[in-house]
Amino acid sequence: MAIARRLASAAEYILVPALALLCSLVLFGAFVGVSGRSPLDLYFYMYQGAFGTWFSWQNTLTRAAPLILTALCTALPAQLGLVIIGGEGALLMGALAATAAGLAMPSAPPLVVQMSMLLVGAAAGGIWIVLSGALQHYRGVNETISSLLLVYIAIALLNHIVEGPMRDPTSLNKPSTRDIGAANMIGTIPGTDVHWGLALGVVAAVVCYVLIFHTTFGFAARVSGGNIRAAKIVGLNVGRLILIVCMIAGAMAGLAGTIEVVAVQGRANANLAVGYGFTGILVAFLARHNPLAIIPVAILLGGIGASGGLLQRRLGLPDASILVLQGIIFICVLASETLYGRFPLLNRLKA
Amino acid sequence: MADTSLGYWLVPIAMLGGAVRVSTPFLFVSLGECITERSGRINLGLEGTLVMGAMSGYATSYLTGSPFLGVLAAGIAGALLGGLHAAICSLPKVNDIALGIALMLFGTGLAFYLGKPLIEPTAPRLPAIDFGWWSDIPQVKAALQINVLFLIGVALAPLLLWAFRSTRWGLVLRTAGESADAALAMGYSVNWIRLRATMTGGFLAGVGGSFLSLFYPGSWNEGLSSGQGFTAVALVIFARWNPMACFGASLLFGAAAALGPALQSVGITQGYYLFNATPYALTLVIMIITCSPKRRLIGAPAELSITK
Repeated sequence: MAIARRLASAAEYILVPALALLCSLVLFGAFVGVSGRSPLDLYFYMYQGAFGTWFSWQNTLTRAAPLILTALCTALPAQLGLVIIGGEGALLMGALAATAAGLAMPSAPPLVVQMSMLLVGAAAGGIWIVLSGALQHYRGVNETISSLLLVYIAIALLNHIVEGPMRDPTSLNKPSTRDIGAANMIGTIPGTDVHWGLALGVVAAVVCYVLIFHTTFGFAARVSGGNIRAAKIVGLNVGRLILIVCMIAGAMAGLAGTIEVVAVQGRANANLAVGYGFTGILVAFLARHNPLAIIPVAILLGGIGASGGLLQRRLGLPDASILVLQGIIFICVLASETLYGRFPLLNRLKA
Repeated sequence: MADTSLGYWLVPIAMLGGAVRVSTPFLFVSLGECITERSGRINLGLEGTLVMGAMSGYATSYLTGSPFLGVLAAGIAGALLGGLHAAICSLPKVNDIALGIALMLFGTGLAFYLGKPLIEPTAPRLPAIDFGWWSDIPQVKAALQINVLFLIGVALAPLLLWAFRSTRWGLVLRTAGESADAALAMGYSVNWIRLRATMTGGFLAGVGGSFLSLFYPGSWNEGLSSGQGFTAVALVIFARWNPMACFGASLLFGAAAALGPALQSVGITQGYYLFNATPYALTLVIMIITCSPKRRLIGAPAELSITK
C-alpha cells in the first residue's frame, strides 16, 4: 500500500505539470493561429528546432546548462520558503568577477585559470544572493523585491564596468572586456558541440538534490521552510540556514554566468544578460523546486529557446514569441497548483 | 550645448523637470498598486502591465490618430491583465506573488510580440501644458512642460485618500484587506472585491505605461521601461499604503531617475549607468531603513501575503 501511495503522489506531480504544459501549448497554438499561421506548422517547427535533429539537440543542451544552474538559484531558497528571483543578477556578477579573475592571471596554466574563475564566479554570485537573504532575515526586507532590485543594480554595474574600467579599447561597437584567451576556454564534451558546463550543471543538480533530501542540513532547511516557529523551538539556527542556502543558490547562478564566459563568450559584455536568470525562475517553478526534476525541465525550456530561431525563419514570428510562450507556461503552471488533490482516482489510492 | 551662465544650476532644474516628467508612471502604478494591496492582494506583475499599456497606447494612437484614445486603450489592456491576475488568484492554493512574476514576464513578452511592427512608425503624442511662460530661460520652460496625465495623477492621490477613509467603497475594500473573514461575515465576496481592485490597479498602471510611449520618452521600443513598474510596487510599501505618500515618493523617485540624464546635460558622462541605477539603490536603501524583522509594517493590510 505504501508503494501505491507514493506512486500515486508521484503520478500527480507529473500529471499536473504535464497538463499545464499541454494547456499552454494549445493556448500558444491558438494565439499564433489568430495571426493566420497554422498551429500544426508551429508545433512541427518547435519540435524540429528543439529535438528534431542532432544539431538542434546540441543547441538545446547548450542552453539547458545555464538554465539548470539558474533554476537552482530559485529552487534552493524555496526550500526555506523564500521566493528569490534575482538569479539574473547573480549570473551577471558571477560572470563579471570570473572574467576579472581570468584576466588578472595572464601567465597561469589554463586549468588554474579555469578553476579560479569558477571559484570567484561562484563566490560573487553567492554574495549577491546572500545580500537578499541577509536583508530578509536581519531587516525583514522582502527577498523577492530586494533580489529583483539587485538584478537592475547588477545590470547597471555590468554596463558601467564593461564600458569603463575594464573596457577593451578595441571593442568599438559592442563594449566588452578583453578576451580571456582561447587557451583558457573550456572545451566541448567529446563527440558533441556541447560544452562541459552541461556536465557541471547536472552534477550540481544531483549534489543539491542529495543535500536537500538526504542530509540533516537539508532536513533542517525544509523544516524551517515548513514551519519557522517549530524550527526555532527545536533550536535550529534559521539565520545561518538562510545565509548558507542563499550562498549556495547564488553560487549556482554565478557558475552559470562563469560558464557563459569561459565556454561561450570568452569575455564579459551586455550579451550575457539574455534572460537565463528569468527563464530559470520558470524552470524552478515547473520542476516544483525539486533539483532532480530541474534537469529534464531545463532541457525542455532550453529546447523551447532553441526553437526560437527556426520559428523566426520559417514562420516569420517575432523573437518575442518565445517570451510569450514562456509567460503562458508560467501562468498555466501556477494556475494548475489548484488541481492538486482533486483527482478522485489518485486520492483513493493515496488514502 | 549647455547654457554656461546657469552652470551647475542646470542639474537641480533638470531634476525638478525630471521629477515632474519621470514621476508620472511611478505615480500611476503606485496609486493602482495601492488600491490592489489595500484589498489584501499584491500584484507584482505591474511591470508587465506598464509595458503592455505603453505598447497598446502607442498602437491605438498610431491607428486612430488620437493619443487620448491611446490612453484609454492602455488602461483597458492593463485592466484585462489585472483581471487575469485576480481571476487566477481566486482559485484555491494559487500564490499571488509567484503569479505576479509570471504576469510580469508574460506582459512584457506579449508587448514585445505585438509591438514589433510599431518600432518604426511615429504616433501622435499627448500634448503638454506650458507652465513656464513666465520664464525666459529655455531650461526652465522645458522643465515646466507639464502633461495633463500628471495633473490627473496629482488630483487622484487626495481623491483616493478621501475615498479610502470616507466612502462605503473604501471601507469595503479595506475590510477585505484587513480581514477576509470579516468581509465575508458582512456578506461581501472577497474575490469579487479583489477582482475589481486588481482591475482598477491594472487600469491605472496601463495608463502610466501610455505616458511612457505617448509623452516621455514618447516612442515605443523594447527598452522603454527598465523596472519602473516594479520599483513602483516597492514604493507602495515605502509609502505605507497611503496615496498621498505615494505621490511624494513618486516625485522623489522621478528626481532620482532624472539624475543621470541631468548630469549628462551638463557634461558629466562618467558613471552614467551607475546614476541610472539610483532609483533601484534608493528603493533598496529605503526598504532597509524602514523595514524591521521584529514587527509588521505599520499600515500594512493584514491580509497581504508579502508582509506576513
